[in-house]
Amino acid sequence: MSLRQGTRRIRINKAWEPSRCLSGSQTPRIPFGWQECRSVASTASAERVLFPGALNSKFTNTLKFLRPSANEAISTYRVMDQSGAVIDKEAGVDTEDEEALELYRNMVCLSIMDLLMFEAQRQGRLSFYMVSAGEEGISIGSASVLSPADVVFCQYRETGVYMQRGFTLDQFMNQLFANSKDIGLGRNMPVHYGSSELNIHTISSTLATQIPHAAGAAYALKLQNQQQPEVPPRITVCYFGEGAASEGDFHAALNIAATRQVPAIFICRNNGYAISTPTSDQYRGDGIASRGAGYGMDTLRVDGNDIFAVRRATKEARRLALENGGKPVLIEMMAYRVGHHSTSDDSFAYRQKVEVEDWKRRDNPLTRLRKWLESRNIWDEAKERELRSRLRKEILVAFDKAEKEKKPGIKHAFEGVWEDITEEQKMHIEELTDILQRYPKEYDIEQHEGGLASLLELVKTDKK
Amino acid sequence: MAAKTPSIRALSRYLLRPQTSLHSCCQHRTQRKPYSAAAGARLNGTVEYDTTSLLHHTSRSALANPELPADVRKGQTKRINLYTAVNEALRHALQTDERVLVFGEDIQFGGVFRCTMNLAADFGTERVFNTPLSEQGLVGFAIGAASEGMRPVAEIQFADYVFPAFDQIVNEAAKYRYRSGTTGVHCGGLVIRMPTGVVGHGALYHSQSPEALFAHTPGLRVVIPRSPTQAKGLLLSAIRTNDPVIFMEPKVLYRAAVEQVPVDAYHLPLDKAEVLKTGKDVTIVSYGTPLYTCSASIEAAEKDFGCSAELIDLRTIYPWDRETVLKSVKKTGRAIVVHESMMNAGVGAEVAATIQERAFLRLEAPVKRVTGWATHTGLIFEKFIIPDVTRVYDAIKKTIDY
Repeated sequence: MSLRQGTRRIRINKAWEPSRCLSGSQTPRIPFGWQECRSVASTASAERVLFPGALNSKFTNTLKFLRPSANEAISTYRVMDQSGAVIDKEAGVDTEDEEALELYRNMVCLSIMDLLMFEAQRQGRLSFYMVSAGEEGISIGSASVLSPADVVFCQYRETGVYMQRGFTLDQFMNQLFANSKDIGLGRNMPVHYGSSELNIHTISSTLATQIPHAAGAAYALKLQNQQQPEVPPRITVCYFGEGAASEGDFHAALNIAATRQVPAIFICRNNGYAISTPTSDQYRGDGIASRGAGYGMDTLRVDGNDIFAVRRATKEARRLALENGGKPVLIEMMAYRVGHHSTSDDSFAYRQKVEVEDWKRRDNPLTRLRKWLESRNIWDEAKERELRSRLRKEILVAFDKAEKEKKPGIKHAFEGVWEDITEEQKMHIEELTDILQRYPKEYDIEQHEGGLASLLELVKTDKK
Repeated sequence: MAAKTPSIRALSRYLLRPQTSLHSCCQHRTQRKPYSAAAGARLNGTVEYDTTSLLHHTSRSALANPELPADVRKGQTKRINLYTAVNEALRHALQTDERVLVFGEDIQFGGVFRCTMNLAADFGTERVFNTPLSEQGLVGFAIGAASEGMRPVAEIQFADYVFPAFDQIVNEAAKYRYRSGTTGVHCGGLVIRMPTGVVGHGALYHSQSPEALFAHTPGLRVVIPRSPTQAKGLLLSAIRTNDPVIFMEPKVLYRAAVEQVPVDAYHLPLDKAEVLKTGKDVTIVSYGTPLYTCSASIEAAEKDFGCSAELIDLRTIYPWDRETVLKSVKKTGRAIVVHESMMNAGVGAEVAATIQERAFLRLEAPVKRVTGWATHTGLIFEKFIIPDVTRVYDAIKKTIDY
């Protein structure tokens, strides 16, 4: 790898002529700001650096190291304060009342579903669950200002994105119970949702791997936006936590996104904890937002408990992402992870219960929006009770229905690995079929849709 | 966060109504039996950790182990599970060798599987610490520390998440000594620990057993312990050896496997397989969790058709003990290899090829592989994909009847 890079660097000398870019890219004529190349020869009196790696740097004879810790921390954008009062009355909240009510209803729905499913997991009804408590505003707020055609990549704590985009309670429950109606065919752990209809790629448990995908997908969209000017332009949006931002994939993704100037919004949910690891063990420097500057990206830090701030930030980021053909934008959404990491975690082993209780009481996205709604006189306790009772019923209906469904057909254990079933897989399927037939009492195959016939289907129908 | 209104309590009440499948075993860390066992099953679901002959249920049996040094055999034992055994090995290493470091994601509070409980408190966060969430980073960091004389034990949270570190392991750890030539620099003392294998509901990214990938890399040692006793002795040897070691801990055994373990420290060999049960008709070679499956299958098969099977734990997947395996197969004339990861280019392929090369004339039946199929571990399909008691039982029957 390093050898290859070496030769490439040597070749750069040849490209050392006007209006050619260091990146070697030829298509875009759009100047990329500070990255624009110059071919001015160095002179003794030059005031600026002419090294190819830093084109706009001034010379200085003061020996002074950058000391980020001496800088003031990047500020956090908000629209309303903790009591739900709008700070800049003139700018307002950029949200109609009915829209705000809709957002609130979705947040409440998400939080009720979370409580219910967490409890259901504790009782052994499903194998795993992850709640969004404290981060409902980030997922629901940001998703609410995207185009439905925008392509989304999630980590695993963005259930609100799915909900806001229209993933139904039935679809959630079918995935959580891994039943025959699950879009993911019962293959993934609970909460690993996916939906092509909603343009959200299926979640993987691995961390940060989706971030470079989002960059690449955004590049695909950039080219498609150019090739199909009649179609409204699209962007990709990528969600991840501050823990995932330590992975190499995050850095690789931002760097390549910046060099290829892709229309993408990278949304970091900084909730303070990666399982047990606090941010103090996760990174030094000013959060994840400070990384954006290093990659030359437009960056903003936002109060994630303020859904109006989340919306306005995301909306503006989307506009920026499509400016001049495309560019990546980074938003760091600040939050506090109120829930445990997952049902496999007991967070009181590493943080004080009082810390969590404090956060719950002090500030969270639901109560903040509720305070705003109440200040507008469009919400009250009676409405709240009515909403909660209605949503609870709806969720329980979906829950009951999904739990009773059969499990997906056994053929789905083997399909989808390759485009077609391979010869080797056929051998394996035949061997398994033989076992299932000769030892029928050892397996509950009738729980699965189609029983044994589902498997036989794979070996009988010769696919091309 | 919504206030806990009475309605939420009502929800809980609703959920508490008696249901058909309220197994507490579905929880991530408390699973005892694979919940795959069908109601009428006679073979599947018969792995009983409380009574299996693979674990030392008495102090006497634990101390009878001829691999233990004489003074340890005169000492005490304690009944502990596998994660506690790992913890004790780490504790001993930290106590006796100041070059030893223990780090990884979330290890400071004890780790997600509790293997590093109290180590940070007792040895300080200079030597026992959380790393940022980056496998390539923490493994590379460990290699660097080892190359400068420390003995780092790096933890990867799940074997499924080792792949960002693959470059560091395959191109760096494995080749360090070789490329350094006469400089003599190497990264021996490096141990990369990771939980591996299925638990019943891990799906695609909490179930994998990537040992074959590392067994394809000269320069690495790959070790998989089957029990608390083995974990303690093998981990201490892994820390002591001057080769980098991939130490894979079957995560379902962390809590399930409980046995009497010598209290004193001891080292177990990194180049010896172990015959767990002698037999004369067929040799079964395995490692880690499937050994318990094999043991249950053997019990049923011996009862049902009066055969006698020998069970071998490879323990070290690479380099591996060909001699013990070949000696056994030359005696029995039949062999079965069992592992969770898929068949193609798996450990079973290497074992089977070695047997046919070196014991061909003694073979009475083809070497049978009972392994995961050529697919991923789909959540709801795990029970059909990973070898179970039935499949091993059937393999014994077929191999003997061949």
